[in-house]
Amino acid sequence: MTEPVRGRWGRFGGQYVPETLMAVLRELEEAYERYKADPDFLAEFEYYLRQYVGRPSPLYRADRLSERVGCTVYLKREDLNHTGAHKINNCIGQALLAKRMGKTRLIAETGAGQHGVATATVAALFGLTGVVYMGEEDIRRQELNCYRMQLLGTQVIPVTSGSRTLKDAINEAIRDWMTNVENTFYLFGTVCGPYPYPLIVRDFQAVIGRESRAQCLEQEGRLPTHLFACVGGGSNAMGLFYPFLEDEGVELHGVEAGGLGLATGKHAAPLHAGTFGILHGAAQYMMQDGDGQVLETHSVSAGLDYPGVGPEHCFLRDTGRAHYHVATDQEALEAFQVLSRLEGIVPALESAHAVAVVLRMAGEFPPDAIVIINLSGRGDKDVMEVRRLLEAQSQPLEVAP
Amino acid sequence: MALPEVFARLRAEKRAALIIYVTAGDPSLAATVEIVCALAEAGADLVELGIPYSDPLADGPIIQAAGQRALRAGTTVAGVLEAARQIRERVPLPLVVMTCYNPILQFGPERFAQRAAQVGIAGVLISDLPPEEAEEWCETAARHGLETIFLVAPTTEPARTELAVSRTTGFVYVVSRPGTTGIREDLPPDLADLVSRLRALTHKPLAVGFGISTPEQAATIARLADGVIVGSAVVRLIGEKGAGDELLPAVTAFTRRLAAATHQPR
Repeated sequence: MTEPVRGRWGRFGGQYVPETLMAVLRELEEAYERYKADPDFLAEFEYYLRQYVGRPSPLYRADRLSERVGCTVYLKREDLNHTGAHKINNCIGQALLAKRMGKTRLIAETGAGQHGVATATVAALFGLTGVVYMGEEDIRRQELNCYRMQLLGTQVIPVTSGSRTLKDAINEAIRDWMTNVENTFYLFGTVCGPYPYPLIVRDFQAVIGRESRAQCLEQEGRLPTHLFACVGGGSNAMGLFYPFLEDEGVELHGVEAGGLGLATGKHAAPLHAGTFGILHGAAQYMMQDGDGQVLETHSVSAGLDYPGVGPEHCFLRDTGRAHYHVATDQEALEAFQVLSRLEGIVPALESAHAVAVVLRMAGEFPPDAIVIINLSGRGDKDVMEVRRLLEAQSQPLEVAP
Repeated sequence: MALPEVFARLRAEKRAALIIYVTAGDPSLAATVEIVCALAEAGADLVELGIPYSDPLADGPIIQAAGQRALRAGTTVAGVLEAARQIRERVPLPLVVMTCYNPILQFGPERFAQRAAQVGIAGVLISDLPPEEAEEWCETAARHGLETIFLVAPTTEPARTELAVSRTTGFVYVVSRPGTTGIREDLPPDLADLVSRLRALTHKPLAVGFGISTPEQAATIARLADGVIVGSAVVRLIGEKGAGDELLPAVTAFTRRLAAATHQPR
């Protein structure tokens, strides 16, 4: 249903890159076409997902959350993966691809640091050189992840150009790639960027949806009725949604970062407030001014703080197959605390956006609905930032006597 | 004068074209008009006016910084076109616009081509629009009499080289090496091979850019190709001098040295 045609989903996607990269994108496309159906490649991918990442991740029925929401709610526990988020799935796949292509150097961008840590991890695992670009502003927000990458033997290069966040880290990684095409593999972290990245990342993340589908059938005897996932670039959502695209009875819900509210302009919700344009090599909805200059975005979660969104999400929005919502910083902070206290699970601030919309819709689901929320990452990295934000709002935690 | 005629004239004179890139709007659009007129008088044969973009993937730190300065100074696409009109009123120098695709897409490709042709721009180079994505743009440009310019890099495979050359009506922009724009000490050793492979394929003009910053390098390229493109070295000079009185004399002096080196008869 949504397989790309000549690198595009409808009018979204494509390859808008400097000429120097065209050959290397070809090379990547050919390698991926060759290995995606190669039994040895798939067996190796499977092996590392099981033995190293710890898959399958549980589909956990969250009873106290279900009671609050008014129907059965499951959490897909990507937070339990090695390195604490879904990002590792894609990194294992792309690193195996890099090895087969004879590349010895992995480069990546990172915002919150989760993709950077996952890249540093696979670089160590497979004996490759790791280099991660991270905006100076994000290094400040996510110092711990920055040090984790260095511990893993990866070089972290601070990005001081532009807004010093994720989009600028991608610019710098692309420039590095252009300069070092011979030995370097760009391990892209989300379903954006020039084709074939949106396809490759989706396929490597689709394990999330395949497992969820089988687990729900096993545990409930039927398919879920609603899927929820946060959307920055959109890799965890695409990974969950993709295996359900043909299941017409399954509603797909993505949640963008509403920041301080859509009306303030300080958000990262291009599917709601963006316009059609070209960003990082692909046509998509994006935050830009009337002259085509990319606008700075805002979200409490660095992982959603991105002005664009994957081309396949743009297509699913326009065709109506998926629905998109926003959750504000404040709603995400509240959901962060609610889930911690109801279920003993501290979610990543990114994932808390998806939880927030399900909480907001409490009482609106039919009682026999089965909701799956993709808990794409764990919240350890956000604890200090949440503490800072709550204390700034004079909301110290109530401590039980 | 259309671009092919410019190169034909230079070929008849047995010399190469000096092509200078400047970021429009750095330090201001008014200054850009003065700078480009000075470039023309100092011996530039063609000028590439860069429309600044917030996220230029192909540019190194020097041109990125110039773009940021230009955007902070309030430079818009419409403003650059107006500056081009003013330049063309004063000097007959052929102008080419260089930018990324998104500013053109938002302006509207049709409207952009029409306005560009109206103000006397000869051709357009879109650094992140490879020939595969450029079918519509080529038709639009042709309808308005604008030349198209595509890039060929050392990494470009033969079949794609043919496509890029076939979609080019102005000149083929030969990217001297992998990587972004910027100042480099040496010319890549395989450049002569790249140019001669292209020469065997087409009679269209070949201009070499990326990393050419000194008169010595320009002289070497001028013996190989039809055009020498210098960008970052001039942009850096403009950045250093800012809006001060030294700006035009410095740019003029440097361009004269580049022109003398480039224009040595072959």
